[in-house]
Amino acid sequence: MKIAISSTGKTPEATIDKRFARCSYFVIYDKESGGIEYLPNPVKDAEDGAGPTAVELLARRQVKKIISGEFGLKIKPLLDNLKIQMIVIQDEKTVGEVLEMLENQN
Amino acid sequence: MLPLNFKIAIASGKGGTGKTLVATNLFHSLSKTGIPATLADCDAEAPNAKLFFKSKEESTSVVTQKVPVIDESKCTYCGKCHDWCNYHAIFFLPQPQVIKVMEELCHGCGACLAACHFKAITEKDVELGVVTTYTASNHNNLVEAHMHAGVYSPVPLIKAGIQAAGDHQMTIMDAPPGTSCPFIQTVARADYVVLVTEPTPFGLSDLKQSVETLREMKKPIGVIINRAGMGNQEVYEYLTGENIPLLMEIPFERSIAASYAQGKLITEADTLWKSIFLGLLDKIHVQWK
Repeated sequence: MKIAISSTGKTPEATIDKRFARCSYFVIYDKESGGIEYLPNPVKDAEDGAGPTAVELLARRQVKKIISGEFGLKIKPLLDNLKIQMIVIQDEKTVGEVLEMLENQN
Repeated sequence: MLPLNFKIAIASGKGGTGKTLVATNLFHSLSKTGIPATLADCDAEAPNAKLFFKSKEESTSVVTQKVPVIDESKCTYCGKCHDWCNYHAIFFLPQPQVIKVMEELCHGCGACLAACHFKAITEKDVELGVVTTYTASNHNNLVEAHMHAGVYSPVPLIKAGIQAAGDHQMTIMDAPPGTSCPFIQTVARADYVVLVTEPTPFGLSDLKQSVETLREMKKPIGVIINRAGMGNQEVYEYLTGENIPLLMEIPFERSIAASYAQGKLITEADTLWKSIFLGLLDKIHVQWK
C-alpha cells in the first residue's frame, strides 16, 4: 500500500507541510517495497483547484492514505469517494519521524 | 453640462475611505436637483448603499452561470474535458473510472462541452446572486448587485448590475475596493473615475496603485480626500507631482462620521454639502470636455 505525506522539503529532515494541496513535496512511501519517493507538488502555487488536482495526482499513483496537517473542504468528499484515508497530524513532526512510525506499524 | 447618460465610478484602492459616502451623497444631490440618475451599487460582495435611502423594490433578476453536467452512462472516460478545463473544475481519474464536476471551481466557459465528442456533457444553471432595482424617487433608481456567499467572483453580478442600470440617465457607480477584476469590471464602463482616498500612508499607497491601473486603462480621474486634516501631506504632494486634480476635501469631523454611522446623508442635513457635491460635476465637466 502507498501512503503520501505532505512535506515542506525533499529530505527526511523536512517537516510535515500543514497544507495538503499547497505543500512543497509529496513523499510517497510504498509499504510493501519500502521505497520512498519525493515528488514536487506541481500545484503548489496554482491559482485555484489545487486540492482536486493534488488528489488526482496521488490517486493515479494508487495512494491509499494521505498524511497532512489539514485538508480543504472541497477534497474531503472526493477522498471519501475514492476510499483514500485522510490522516491529520498537527504536531511539528519530521517526514523521517512519520516514516519511522509507518515502518513500525503492522 | 455633462452628457445625460454620463457614467461616474466612485472607487478607491483602499477599503473604508468613503466611496459609499461620496456615491450616496452625490446621487442624493442629483435627485434633489431633478437630474435623472441611477446609483449602481457595484460592491456586489457587500452592497450597502441602499441603506441610506427609503426605496421601493421594482424588479429582481437572478444572475446565473452555466456549469457542466456529465452523463456517466455516455462518458467514455477519455479525459478530454478534464484536459481542456483551465480551472481544474473536472476531477478525473482513468483508473478507477471517476469523473466529477467541481462546481465551485467552474467559470462557465463551456470548453468541456466543446471538448466532449460523445455528447456526455450538458449544462445547467447555477445561481450566483441577484440584481435588484429600487425606485428612490421619481426619476431616480438604485440598482444593487448582490452576490451569494461562496461564489468565486462578483464579476458576472457587477456586469449584470451595470447593465440593469441602463444607458439612459446619469449613473453613479459605487465601485468595490481593490484594483483587481471587480474594480476593473466597474471602472471599465465609466466615463470618469473619482478616487476617494485619505491622507495617510495607507491611503496613498493604495491610491497610487489605482492611479497606475486607471492610467493604463486611459480613464480620466480626479481625487477626493476624505478625513482631510488627519495624517500627513504626502497625498497632496503626490497629486501635485502627478498633476491629478483634487476635486474635493471632506474634513475629518466627528459629525460627518456620526451621521454616516446612523445611515444619514450629509447632503440631506446640510444644503451646503449638496451644492459642494453638485460642484463636483462641474469640475468633472471642465476636465472631461
